[in-house]
Amino acid sequence: MKIVVCIKQVPERDARLRIASDGKSVDTAGVATEINESDQYALEAGLRVAEKVGGEVVALLLGPDAAEEAIRRALAMGAARAIHLNDAGFQGGDASSAAKALAAAVRQESPDLVLTGLQSDDAGWSQTGVILAQLLGWPSATLIMEIEQPEDGRIKVKRELEAGWFQWITLPLPAVLTIQSGIYPVRYATLKGIMGAKKKEMKKMGPADVGVDGGQVGAAGRKVELKRLYVPEKTAEAEILEGDAATAAASLVDRLQKEAKVL
Amino acid sequence: MAFKGVDYMDLDGELSSEERMARDTVRRFVDSEVLPVIEEAYLEGRFPTEIIPGLAELGVLGANLPEEYGCAGMNNVAYGLIMQELERGDSGVRSFVSVQGALVMYPIFTFGSEEQKRRWLPAMAKAEAIGCFGLTEADYGSDPGGMKTRAAKDGDGWVLNGSKMWITNGSMADVAVVWAKTDDGIRGFLVEKGTPGYEAKGMHGKHSLRASDTSELVFNDVRLPGDAILPGSGGLKSPLMCLTQARYGIAWGAVGAAMACYDEALRYSQERIQFDKPIASFQLVQQKLVEMLEGITLGQLLAYRLGRLKDAGKYKHTQVSLAKRHNVMMAREVASSARWAMGANGIHSEYQVMRHMCNIESVFTYEGTHDIHTLIVGQDITGIAAFE
Repeated sequence: MKIVVCIKQVPERDARLRIASDGKSVDTAGVATEINESDQYALEAGLRVAEKVGGEVVALLLGPDAAEEAIRRALAMGAARAIHLNDAGFQGGDASSAAKALAAAVRQESPDLVLTGLQSDDAGWSQTGVILAQLLGWPSATLIMEIEQPEDGRIKVKRELEAGWFQWITLPLPAVLTIQSGIYPVRYATLKGIMGAKKKEMKKMGPADVGVDGGQVGAAGRKVELKRLYVPEKTAEAEILEGDAATAAASLVDRLQKEAKVL
Repeated sequence: MAFKGVDYMDLDGELSSEERMARDTVRRFVDSEVLPVIEEAYLEGRFPTEIIPGLAELGVLGANLPEEYGCAGMNNVAYGLIMQELERGDSGVRSFVSVQGALVMYPIFTFGSEEQKRRWLPAMAKAEAIGCFGLTEADYGSDPGGMKTRAAKDGDGWVLNGSKMWITNGSMADVAVVWAKTDDGIRGFLVEKGTPGYEAKGMHGKHSLRASDTSELVFNDVRLPGDAILPGSGGLKSPLMCLTQARYGIAWGAVGAAMACYDEALRYSQERIQFDKPIASFQLVQQKLVEMLEGITLGQLLAYRLGRLKDAGKYKHTQVSLAKRHNVMMAREVASSARWAMGANGIHSEYQVMRHMCNIESVFTYEGTHDIHTLIVGQDITGIAAFE
């Protein structure tokens, strides 16, 4: 069974971030990075499925040269090989154009299963995985909490719903699953794994290599334009509602309905 | 909150991605597997054996020895970073790994026969066998050449008599590398647990390195087969070569202990409110924090340079002495200063500093005392041996 796991490199959790001078991106100079959290869980889930039924896990990452570190980590954890979509033409995109690039690479691999994290810790669109499934024309399921061993070309998975509810569903393969953080404990990269990662294949590919039109991916293919990125602004406005509790509560409800329009 | 390291001079930029990954994977292991159990183990006075399978699985045992013997084949900078992270957890945990790797696997690798290497190294990397190193005796610490333990030829084999003190991993060891005087001078022997006449007794009453097995080894007419000897060993130089390996790891490990103390003191001082503001606002606290950071940074640079020299095959044992001496003294001062900055809370087991502060007293004294390292470097620069 061939499993492609899409991973993204993001700034490390708790990293101190600065807005870059363009006002639209994060200045990544000197910022430690890691594999996006839910992608780590997707990788763990993929490795477990491959270990159970046999087969290989291919790590697929879209990102600049610096993202090579995330790929090495994935290889050290156990991915058999990696594809790095690394080209200026892939940069500056949104969830849609990233999914187009990933879909092109996935088509070339024709795997049985594609796993992604639920969402990225930086942009947080939660869309790339499902757009990818749509572009491939494959069934997909989101918020996966458990995966049963695939059988007869089908896979049974547990989805997390709201308010503590779960749902078991079965999908035909090939399929795309977006994995929820916490699905299984993420393994440690062992020292032997780290040393072995150097010998594994890491293929760098551009738009032409995966057969995608340059106008569809990266900045050229994006549908969403980020206007401004900023740190939440602090304001000093506060208003004390006078009167006893009943009066203050009535006044608060009135203001929330008429002024804030949230009720 | 996960530990982020202390890297004021961007030393990370000098490390390879393998070196950073090795460090990070052990860092995560220490956060998840060591820190949750270490304080209790320390108070109970026991080594946390529950972490041994995980250490073996990660590959930290003999991590810088070759792959052909089941080891990870890491370079010495990566190995040093691993020691740093382990000692960020506890000096006892780093000691366990140092003894297994540098004091047992290293001499078997360096002085052992091919058969000894094949038998022991893969098993020790997997922690299927634990080792200890017997050099120090009750009356021969800084002067090991005076040892009383003797191995006499007996037909094809040997008869071993004597005793060893302050032996890390002694009671749990499946095999001891024991140094004894023979008619040919000091030689190393592999003594297996269960050999008649060989006994290990735990030493109790320690105020330091409480999460570590420290034992006395007794050899009473212990009969050893001829192939128990490490064929390549010869003279006091052999055990001293092992100690150089272990001291190299300590030079890095001490930085880890200091990092743990500094990190805790920094966070504490930013959160602890006195006189309506965080105590980090006070100049006296800031001075302590800056001096801690300064010491750690110097220690990191020293260990890093030593590691690169070791990987290039150009380091000298006197340079290792300087690094061990400096970095352990630095860690001792950082631990003390961190405890001071944390006031009453600094002595409590809810925090780490006092544990590190007590541990570092052992590290200051073992593997060549601070003063002996002073005299080793003193001899090197003056040409005059002060201890002969």
